[in-house]
Amino acid sequence: MDPVIELDGLEVRFGDRVILNQLKAALTGRSIGLLGPNGAGKSTLINTLLGFHKPAAGTARIFGRDIRTHAREVRSLVGYMPENDAFIAAMSGVRFVRLMAELAGLPREHALERAHEAFFYVGLGEVRYRALGTYSLGMKQAAKLAQAIAHGPKLLFLDEPTNGLDPPARVRMIQLIQEIRDRGDLHLLLSSHLLRDVEECCDEVLILKDGKVAALCNLEEERRANRNFLEIETRGESNGLFLEAVEKLGCETAPGAQGRVKLIMPDGLEVRRLYQVAAEQNVQIRRLSHKRDSLEDIFLKAMETADGRL
Amino acid sequence: MAVYKKTYRPYDGGLTSSWTRFLVIPRYAFEDLHRSRFLTTFFIASFLYPLICALIIYVQHNVSALGLVGVQGANRLIAINVTFFMSVLGWQSMLALFLAAFIGPGQVSPDLANNALSLYLARPFSRIEYVLGKLSVLVILMSLMTWVPGLLLFSLQGYLEGFGWMQDNARLAFGLFAGAWIWIVVLSLLALALSAWVKWKPVAGALMFGVFFVAAGFGAAINGVQRTKWGHLLNISSLIGNIWLRLFEGDAHTTNGAVFFRVAQGEELPLWCCWAALTVLCLVCLYMLARKIRGVEVVR
Repeated sequence: MDPVIELDGLEVRFGDRVILNQLKAALTGRSIGLLGPNGAGKSTLINTLLGFHKPAAGTARIFGRDIRTHAREVRSLVGYMPENDAFIAAMSGVRFVRLMAELAGLPREHALERAHEAFFYVGLGEVRYRALGTYSLGMKQAAKLAQAIAHGPKLLFLDEPTNGLDPPARVRMIQLIQEIRDRGDLHLLLSSHLLRDVEECCDEVLILKDGKVAALCNLEEERRANRNFLEIETRGESNGLFLEAVEKLGCETAPGAQGRVKLIMPDGLEVRRLYQVAAEQNVQIRRLSHKRDSLEDIFLKAMETADGRL
Repeated sequence: MAVYKKTYRPYDGGLTSSWTRFLVIPRYAFEDLHRSRFLTTFFIASFLYPLICALIIYVQHNVSALGLVGVQGANRLIAINVTFFMSVLGWQSMLALFLAAFIGPGQVSPDLANNALSLYLARPFSRIEYVLGKLSVLVILMSLMTWVPGLLLFSLQGYLEGFGWMQDNARLAFGLFAGAWIWIVVLSLLALALSAWVKWKPVAGALMFGVFFVAAGFGAAINGVQRTKWGHLLNISSLIGNIWLRLFEGDAHTTNGAVFFRVAQGEELPLWCCWAALTVLCLVCLYMLARKIRGVEVVR
């Protein structure tokens, strides 16, 4: 499958600071999640793909078009919903979306029609003639989504789309994103630090940490894979030795706080062996539960440093 | 699609030419300006002076007709010469300054105030096109106030006086056109640069006047204290007036410039200095715009 977004050694610097460090990845999913803690470089990556930042090295391609040499063409394919407020306060909602659609190249009659449609679609049909400055936060988020989809992009960048939304508004926003995704006409890149948003909307996840790719994971495949996940809670002096011994059995481990450990058991290994190893290391297993690997697990694992700290 | 069918659908229609897309900006700006009664009235009132001038030209060439109704010596009222056309340009250019001070501050600042600029530039629309679009709002309106009526008056005079007069005075037409454009470019860039840096519109408007009048006063003070003429480098209207003089009359000028753009006798700066000062001013404005007109502001 041709990648939607291909990162080819992409590096972005602000002065001496390296913000994106040699990113390499081929993202092929219909709906791609971009995860990472604050300051990981998620928004910078989106801004770079839009051509707002010039790469210091490497490049990226969107639908095979190089962002360095075909920036205009790339921007004609994408819709962008930024993280922060982005509107002209005195302009009515529908006029603003129409302006943005016209700037994207739609003739004015089409732009007007699509602006109205987009406003009804995001649930703001009744307030479309009101000045954007008077909108509530949730309405502003919806208006940002309307301007991002009005011109019918092939790839939609959503930067923290549920930021500041109350629970019902968040549910509505997630539903809209899922509907857009399920139509199958466009691809999504959803940047968020909320794992739940990404889990509900995406089938592939790119996790960034300190400007580097920490993990790239196909959630669909993960969901489909029949792997043996366990969560155990241990007590004892030699937890570290216990983990080493468990890893020697072929388990993948992710230690958490207060003796909690998440394990992926290799095929053929029985749970009884864990108790045996624990006994050998003088460690008690207080609790053991079978568990499916969630995005949270994948994320926490990706966030781990070499010394086991998050 | 009917609006009640609330589903997303892709767009598969045609697209406009990317070369003309920047003209979307002035179209929206004119719609906004048209809603302001004050600006519409001001803009219409700015044509009063050219209308009076057209009347004077008409009177100059219809003395016999006026004689029939008992008006004598009307043709001696005002001569249609270089001073006449420089006055037209001077008056209209001063009104253009007021217009730029009224509408200039509202051009870029609303887009920057709530980060709308990132949405403009996330489309197949460059920073240069954005600036061109915003500039064209001011350029179109100020053109309609300055060189367009100026050239219409020149054409009227040429039509009534004969083709020979037009040929002999072609320099006036060039002076009107080029002189107005220099003023328009300087004003537009200054208005946009101030609009990009000063978010509060009244302050940006006041700064427009400040750059012209306060700086001119400061320049005059330098001249007085230092007994020099180089303080005029800070006086934009004097710089423009100097250039206009050469455009209209060449080196052997007989007047001291247009109204509001007078050049003090004996204190003329070398022409290249005037050009250099205006070029530096324009480059500073472009630099200010380049710093602010960005998809995102980077904090290093």
